[in-house]
Amino acid sequence: MKFRANLYIGGAFFATAVIVGVLAPVIATHDPVFDANLMNAELPPGWEYPFGTDAQGRDIYSRVVHGARISLTVGLVAQCINSIIGVSLGLTAGYWGGWWDDLVSGLTNLMLAIPSLIFALAIMAILGPGLVSLLIALGLTSWSYSCRLARAQVLSLKSQGYVQAAKILGYSDLRIMFTQLLPNILGPLIVIATLGAGGSILAEAALSFLGLGIRPPYPSWGSMLSDAREQITTAPWLSIFPGLAIFITVLGLNLLGDGLRDILDPQSRERTS
Amino acid sequence: MSAPLLEVENLSIALSQGGKSYKAVEDVSFAIASGETLGLVGESGCGKSITALAVMGLLRQPLSLGGGRITLDGGDIHNLPPAKLRQLRGKRIAMIFQEPMTALNPLSTVGRQIAEMFVLHAGAGWSEATDRTVDALRQVHVPSPERRVKDFPHQLSGGMRQRVMIAIALACSPDLLIADEPTTALDVTVQAEIVDLMQELCAAKGTAILMISHDLGLVANMCRRVAVMYAGRIVEQQAADEIFERPQHPYTRGLIASLPRLGARIVHGRQRLQEISGVVPAITAFPAGCRFRPRCQRATDICQSNDPPPTPLPEDGLVRCHHHG
Repeated sequence: MKFRANLYIGGAFFATAVIVGVLAPVIATHDPVFDANLMNAELPPGWEYPFGTDAQGRDIYSRVVHGARISLTVGLVAQCINSIIGVSLGLTAGYWGGWWDDLVSGLTNLMLAIPSLIFALAIMAILGPGLVSLLIALGLTSWSYSCRLARAQVLSLKSQGYVQAAKILGYSDLRIMFTQLLPNILGPLIVIATLGAGGSILAEAALSFLGLGIRPPYPSWGSMLSDAREQITTAPWLSIFPGLAIFITVLGLNLLGDGLRDILDPQSRERTS
Repeated sequence: MSAPLLEVENLSIALSQGGKSYKAVEDVSFAIASGETLGLVGESGCGKSITALAVMGLLRQPLSLGGGRITLDGGDIHNLPPAKLRQLRGKRIAMIFQEPMTALNPLSTVGRQIAEMFVLHAGAGWSEATDRTVDALRQVHVPSPERRVKDFPHQLSGGMRQRVMIAIALACSPDLLIADEPTTALDVTVQAEIVDLMQELCAAKGTAILMISHDLGLVANMCRRVAVMYAGRIVEQQAADEIFERPQHPYTRGLIASLPRLGARIVHGRQRLQEISGVVPAITAFPAGCRFRPRCQRATDICQSNDPPPTPLPEDGLVRCHHHG
């Protein structure tokens, strides 16, 4: 079997981010929010503060570690919402066709035509900043990719013998969708979901950067970047470390998605086994 | 004859294409009694398979029911609400197909796919269904069924997959099994096994078979009655031995004459195998009058001007030809 570098590296990056997020209270050396001490403001990286301190004298390492919780929650939960909406719409649209398909396809095209960040911005503006509204805003705005993919896959699977057979054997529509169609289209959907999760983390960073995401003083990678932009020349560590955290997590997710695509594609699986 | 299990009366199936409507199947009537086997024979595209779809209530755009009635035990299938119709499929009418390679879900074990039938139609729980699955596989002579239930379709040969299909189709002891060219994709030796198996199981369960095939030899062996379809119509219907000994319609004669016979060369010397000249007309361009006319050696003027009416033959047979016999 071939060594799947992207799968392992991506998996390792992503696993690191998850472990760091889960163990945040244990591995953080300082309190991420209340350990402010202006005497220590903007210290460069050193023994006491490995990533340095920010303008309020808080430990950046601890804030990055705690920020992983928020960024990963946003990335995974928002993508879950996207996947559930997209897959259920795409599956039913592809399977039933007709006016429902027209409606869903129209809606999908509409969503694709509006930049999803702008749409998320609008939703955030209505709901106000905060974690829950962030999840809603990001979860409602980029389901169109998984919807399109699910619909296209279902369209090509619909005429397969076993789907026809299921119909003839008296399966109900829902049973056909869940037992015959969904398992067979899951591979590409998982791939697009991992890519989408990376996108959601970036979108959270962007929204927080614009001041519409997580409210200070709670740390998220995006809001840390946003706070750091004025000191980027005088204290670059303020932006380097949260930026690096985003970079590694998103890169990990993308590599993981790539690797999963190789594994889940039956043809490439047969070539290597 | 007792009241038929399935009765198809004057069935027409409409094909709509480019705003126009064509009759893909016209005026097709046949009946199957409980436990009986009827063969439906014809070339590709003559309407055999869509007739079967109509019997299952599964005509979808661009096909639709153009007229006629299909009754199962006296109840009209096309008047049933969708939920009732769904309960009918798989439980009372089951079907097996030509392609055992694609008719099984590649991501489920064969055991699960059989068990699903018990859960779906017999109200069994999953554990009970799994027990019955092993029996079902044993019935279709799959060796070591306890291990096979955990296999995925790609781990089985074509013949084994067709056995699994039969196990799925007969799981709920349906009243009628529609077999749409069930052996076409299989080896000749496997074909014989599968046909024997189908007959044996259907006889045991009292299941009637509608056997759709283009293989006259197979149909002759299996079926008591044979209906021959040409261009959307039944052109001849008779008892199986009768149709081989005394074919009435020129098309049936042509079909039988074009069968290669073992040993014919020794008796008659080297001869060219007979064929029926010409091709099946397209649904969009059926000729006026008798549809077989352009290919028929007996055709006369009346065949062009008049559509031949069905002429009854003894023992419920019929033929649709001006010059039959």
